[in-house]
Amino acid sequence: MRTIIFRTIAPYLSALMVLFSIFVLLRGHNEPGGGFIGGLIAASALAIFGVACGVASVRRAIVFHPMGIAGFGLFIGALAGIVSFFKGQPFMTSQWWYLKVFGVEIPLSTPLIFDIGVYLVVVGAIGSIALALEERESD
Amino acid sequence: MAGSPVSVDYSQAMNLSAVPAGDWLVVAPTLITLLGGSLCLMLRKNTDLQPKLGIGFLALLVLANFGLLVRVLDYGVISMVMGSWLPPFGIAFTVDALGATLSLIGSIVALCAGIYGAASVDNTGRRYGFYPFLLLLMTGVCGAFITGDIFNLYVWFEVLLISSYGLLVLGNDRIQLDGAVKYGVLNLIGTNLFLIATGLLYGIFGTLNMADLAQKVAALDNPASGTLATVAALYFLAFAMKAAAFPVNFWLPASYHTPNVVVSAVFAGLLTKVGVYALIRVFVLILPASRGYMADVIALVAIATLLTGALGALAQSELRRLFGYLVIAGIGSMLAGVAVGSTLAVSGAIFYAVHSIIVMTALYLAAGIMNLMSGSYDLRKLGGLYQKSAGFAGVFLVLGFAVSGLPPFSGFWPKVILVDAAFQDGRAWLGAAILVSGFLTTLAMGRVWIYAFWRGGPEGTPDGQSVAAAGTDTGQLSGAAVWLPIGILTALVVYFGLQPEWMLELSTQGATGVVEPLGYLRSVFGGEG
Amino acid sequence: METGVVVLIGLFFTVAVYLMLSKQLVRMLLGIAILGNAVNMLIFTNGRLTREVPPLIPDHLYMPVETTANPLPQALVLTAIVISFSFFAFLLVLAFRAYQELGTDEVNEMRIAEPENDQTPPQGY
Repeated sequence: MRTIIFRTIAPYLSALMVLFSIFVLLRGHNEPGGGFIGGLIAASALAIFGVACGVASVRRAIVFHPMGIAGFGLFIGALAGIVSFFKGQPFMTSQWWYLKVFGVEIPLSTPLIFDIGVYLVVVGAIGSIALALEERESD
Repeated sequence: MAGSPVSVDYSQAMNLSAVPAGDWLVVAPTLITLLGGSLCLMLRKNTDLQPKLGIGFLALLVLANFGLLVRVLDYGVISMVMGSWLPPFGIAFTVDALGATLSLIGSIVALCAGIYGAASVDNTGRRYGFYPFLLLLMTGVCGAFITGDIFNLYVWFEVLLISSYGLLVLGNDRIQLDGAVKYGVLNLIGTNLFLIATGLLYGIFGTLNMADLAQKVAALDNPASGTLATVAALYFLAFAMKAAAFPVNFWLPASYHTPNVVVSAVFAGLLTKVGVYALIRVFVLILPASRGYMADVIALVAIATLLTGALGALAQSELRRLFGYLVIAGIGSMLAGVAVGSTLAVSGAIFYAVHSIIVMTALYLAAGIMNLMSGSYDLRKLGGLYQKSAGFAGVFLVLGFAVSGLPPFSGFWPKVILVDAAFQDGRAWLGAAILVSGFLTTLAMGRVWIYAFWRGGPEGTPDGQSVAAAGTDTGQLSGAAVWLPIGILTALVVYFGLQPEWMLELSTQGATGVVEPLGYLRSVFGGEG
Repeated sequence: METGVVVLIGLFFTVAVYLMLSKQLVRMLLGIAILGNAVNMLIFTNGRLTREVPPLIPDHLYMPVETTANPLPQALVLTAIVISFSFFAFLLVLAFRAYQELGTDEVNEMRIAEPENDQTPPQGY
């Protein structure tokens, strides 16, 4: 598997896939896409990087332990539901903010935060399983 | 109407009125455990902080559940639909006395386990995530007790299951892997059956909200028709598998003795009872006609479960496997309540579930302490524990009496109610089976007490001499974290035995709420229910 | 069209049950994976099948113009896929670890938790 061609291309490929996964995540509100599928793309990027360059370099590259990433995703996902408490609305009611940056309107919302949470949970959970399987393969 | 832009009447689909802050107690149990679990997951490496955080969040959970129960008793059934949608469009969380009671007792047990875990789970176990998984397990358990949506119930079952896998393989021993394989595969098949039945139910009624389903089933001309009978049979098999009822109970004694004893304690207390709760919810609330139709089958399964559990317990010498069989015997008693199905019987089943949650957890924790004292879980190698601690011998005797259903402890009242209800319903055999199972349990527990506590030393040593096996006492026995949890649980067992009025009142209210679900429906759909 | 899908679901269930009755753990896991897919198709079909009308509302409208596919079963199936996928991944790792540690993937030979020559407890009082 670890041919020189693959090893040279894999970092660029993974970077592109992570970029694409964020694109898919952000377009998910009104069009096909979203946190889960984006997270899967990012997790497969990690898996490809792991196959090409070894699991150790993946763990170095993502800094935090995958389960920690999943925990953080769960945390902000749950927090996104709480915001509506302060408006006297039921749990998980969506809240919207419209920011103007240089005349461009940027809609931000709690569903987006929740979706980012889902993305991180999927990256963390699937990533940690993929890395665990790849680690076992090598020894 | 189609295509008309801009002017949309949101009030047709959304709840626009303000929600009182107190109603947030409905989601508080799941929210607290979810936040706590994810926080602990992020701080997994910090093994000193883990127990403090974990126990702190579990204590918060107990408080929230207590507040929830008080609010349910004050205001009746309360309901909250996610995202402000009107039911049945949104996912509803609906709490009645049944859900709130079980959720409170479950969280007390989890708190006790969390405290015991501070002493018995080492740093490796903490790094592998004992506290995060325990908290996430409680998310699943509380969510299952609180949700008012049947697909959501499936999701909570899965949350509970995946965290239980995590807890089960905490130490990565060979024996744990063996147990986890059996537990994992069979429980996954069980939840898949649940999902099949839910899919079929959705195909028939086009809704997943439990209150809506109950209304629509009640409005049918022939509520015990063939299609619904299929769905009911699938549900029964799925929940029986979860609850470890007789022919599908084999995964429980194969796996419950493999993990760390505190994990076994949580599992024995909570997991099977969630299955029983789902059975009550689905069969008594949603499909009462199918329950009547299947009552004989359920009664047979209950009798078989009662006897298998008690006889299995008699045949074991490993303490934790013995207690595993006692869990199964308890499930038989609760199934008997579902089989009879009257308000009285269901209230007995609920009271029994509360009793079983407390006493089974306490027994597993006691097994852990016995192991600390003498280094073994095997009846043949135990002995002379009375000399080591007379007080603990007394505590164990109390628990043994309670699990056998002898007065004056918590197991007595629900058994009286269940036997009474069975005789009233003309099912003398069912009542007799409960009594026989209680008698056999007394024998099994009496033997444990006599061999482990009363005799002088383990097998092979001369009786009457204090040559008890060299304990692996590593100083843990002096810690409060070991004794406090079992103290709390035993106090509850004694309290519910001597002062059963409060719990009787709660379980009757819970049973009335599912047998005559008017309040439940009204809480979800407003006044017209 | 629904009849065809239902027959296919039946086939899936048959294959899944056949594989789950096997003694080899890997085959059982494959059976569970297929069972999950069968269940998902079952839910999907239970939401009634329609052709090629995605449940998306155009930008300038608040309601779909024509009858669209039922979005709820799709949401349910997505949830179920996520769950069954993660469970399958977990069980796969577990089975692999069990194979490494126990040296077998035949379930009848996995007797460590319940040893075959298990002794009876002391008799009598």
